[in-house]
Amino acid sequence: MKVDVFVPRDAAALSLGAEAVALAVSTEAARRGLDVRLVRSGSRGLFWLEPLVEVATPAGRIAYGPVSADDVASLFDAGFLAGGGHALKQGLTEEIPYLKRQERLTFARVGITDPISLEDYLAHGGYRGLRNALDMTGAAIVQAVTDSGLRGRGGAAFPTGIKWNTVLGVPADRKYVVCNADEGDSGTFADRMIMEGDPFVLIEGMTIAGIAVGATQGYVYVRSEYPHAIATLNQAIALAYMHGYLGESVLRSGKTFQLEVRKAAGAYVCGEETAMLESIEGKRGMVRFKPPLPAIAGLFGKPTLINNVLSLAAVPIILDKGAAFYREYGMGRSRGTLPIQLAGNIRHGGLIETAFGITLHEVLYDFGGGAASGRPIRAVQVGGPLGAYLPESQFDTPIDYEAFAANWAVLGHGGVVVFDDTVDMAAMARFAMEFCAIESCGKCTPCRIGSTRGTEVIDRIVARIDHGKNVKLLRDLCDTMLNGSLCALGGMTPYPVLSALNHFPEDFGAEGAKVA
Amino acid sequence: MTTTTPTTTSATAHDDLAASMRQIVDAHRSQPGALLPVLHALQDALGYLPPSAVPIVAEALNLSRAEVHGVLTFYHHFRTTPPGRHTVRICRAEACQSMGSAALEQHARRRLGIGFHDTTPDGALSLEPVYCLGNCACSPAVMVDGDLYGRVTAARLDALLSAIAVDTK
Ligand SMILES: Cc1cc2nc3c(=O)[nH]c(=O)nc-3n(C[C@H](O)[C@H](O)[C@H](O)COP(=O)(O)O)c2cc1C
Ligand code: SF4
Ligand code: FES
Repeated sequence: MKVDVFVPRDAAALSLGAEAVALAVSTEAARRGLDVRLVRSGSRGLFWLEPLVEVATPAGRIAYGPVSADDVASLFDAGFLAGGGHALKQGLTEEIPYLKRQERLTFARVGITDPISLEDYLAHGGYRGLRNALDMTGAAIVQAVTDSGLRGRGGAAFPTGIKWNTVLGVPADRKYVVCNADEGDSGTFADRMIMEGDPFVLIEGMTIAGIAVGATQGYVYVRSEYPHAIATLNQAIALAYMHGYLGESVLRSGKTFQLEVRKAAGAYVCGEETAMLESIEGKRGMVRFKPPLPAIAGLFGKPTLINNVLSLAAVPIILDKGAAFYREYGMGRSRGTLPIQLAGNIRHGGLIETAFGITLHEVLYDFGGGAASGRPIRAVQVGGPLGAYLPESQFDTPIDYEAFAANWAVLGHGGVVVFDDTVDMAAMARFAMEFCAIESCGKCTPCRIGSTRGTEVIDRIVARIDHGKNVKLLRDLCDTMLNGSLCALGGMTPYPVLSALNHFPEDFGAEGAKVA
Repeated sequence: MTTTTPTTTSATAHDDLAASMRQIVDAHRSQPGALLPVLHALQDALGYLPPSAVPIVAEALNLSRAEVHGVLTFYHHFRTTPPGRHTVRICRAEACQSMGSAALEQHARRRLGIGFHDTTPDGALSLEPVYCLGNCACSPAVMVDGDLYGRVTAARLDALLSAIAVDTK
């Protein structure tokens, strides 16, 4: 009897040796004359267990991890093809608490299916949302997205349905859908995991978006640091064309949707939506003044719907199971689920998709198991390099856009980066300024020049040169950046800087504070 | 430090390079917003964007040389000097810092005797910084050519460097 064995092809799993493991599994199976079907799935997102090998048994999938190529022979010896006992056995995958406690809607198939098998996608509920959408008017599709309560997962949390409605309402001979897959934030990898682990869900989401707003051309702008994601996405797009899910007449509906990947070129600011449009047009990634909104005059001057990968990947399930289904998850005005990415100095880092409302403390300790170093967690940065640092006193904050805003913090794209008590918060504040200086598009003086001044001022603060005066200077500088920047790169760099200064003054050599 | 351009001394070699660049440009020029795809294709083929690429691209896309130059210098990914035979990218972003990437960076600099944006004198290896590789739950992360590595200790980095046969002195 043929046994299915799953070894991830996700880049993070590959970075820990999954390719060698896959090779060892097929070699060893052949050597022993065993009939194994090797499936290269996405990752379940339990990265401390990667490479995670799963075997399909009548009782369900059984997981072994972390597996190295050297372990493979002993797995066969232990009869892992029938779920045999082994030191690396983790039991039924779905029963692993980290996974069992999640609510996977967007990530429902990731780690389970073969990402470039359209058959697998269809067998696991794929393209049901599109089929429903094809029977609806554009306005009805947009209404469903509005009713779901979905807000943009790229950072700004703008209501997705409202944006779609604007694009729908602008008459034009040509409209575009652009997916923002620039994912430049440190601590984030959910977009990558979708593109590598379930690319069809993104393709389906973009197709629904195009049909809803009347756009016929889509682009996915993927960062050049993601070669695996680009390759997988291109394979999936080719399959979708071949089977009529993309093209002149999507599923013979008479509606056109063409889709293409555009590779970015290593500029963080090109994640800002108007800089991204400039980049796709073949220009320097300079941020545009608004208005006009891209929804009215965007790519090549045409109405353009721009959404993050996770926003678009949430759409198929909304159109499949209904707005009310999605809306039932969450708290307050944060509806649905958020794929949280737990990263940095954490024992159990990974992808945690759950309804809004769990606390940061639960994420860090119940899921994360504390710092990887075994030391106390001192600070976490949520929402990427422009996100605030939160001290332990704020760990009871729920994962909710408004609760974070009340703490002068942001959820952003859902990245949580953990630091233990060896962190130097003045160094992190300095890095935030340095990063802003490196990545500034150069349009606004406070961002272009102020960021470099910021690093110098922090250097003087730490060296205790005119301490009080320089702390005041840093605050003034942050004020100027907050108020005088065209986009959030300059405008939000003060978040990590000031939160570090306010919550960890002792690291800045504050008077009377303990010096680490 | 400086790197030398490949030996395109003879006129024919120069013409060959220009011809092959034109061919690459022609294959990508017809799409809307062709400049980035064209520059990517050239760099994928040549490893970098030589100065002689600028007029060829400008002419084909009906742009000024200044525009082409302005674009290619804006993006960190594009380079105007030849890279080493291998490129090692070390992630400098926050999650990797939380797991000791700064020490790893120092180790690489010491071992290779070069800094970021440099190439070893034997042309074997270029060292580049990168700000997140999307491997932040397996920090510190490193990319060697197109291959990603996670939880990279100094010893693991040494093994990677030895595997690509770098003269480390
Ligand atoms: C400097 C900067 C970088 C950004 N990077 C990204 C990014 O990598 N991915 C993303 O989706 N949005 C990013 N954004 C936010 C986008 O401008 C935009 O709000 C988003 O793509 C809209 O999609 P959404 O409504 O689905 O979130 C960035 C914004 C700024 C100011
Ligand atoms: S804030 Fe910085 S990155 Fe944003 S537009 Fe101004 S200069 Fe450019
Ligand atoms: S911060 Fe280094 S891989 Fe993301």
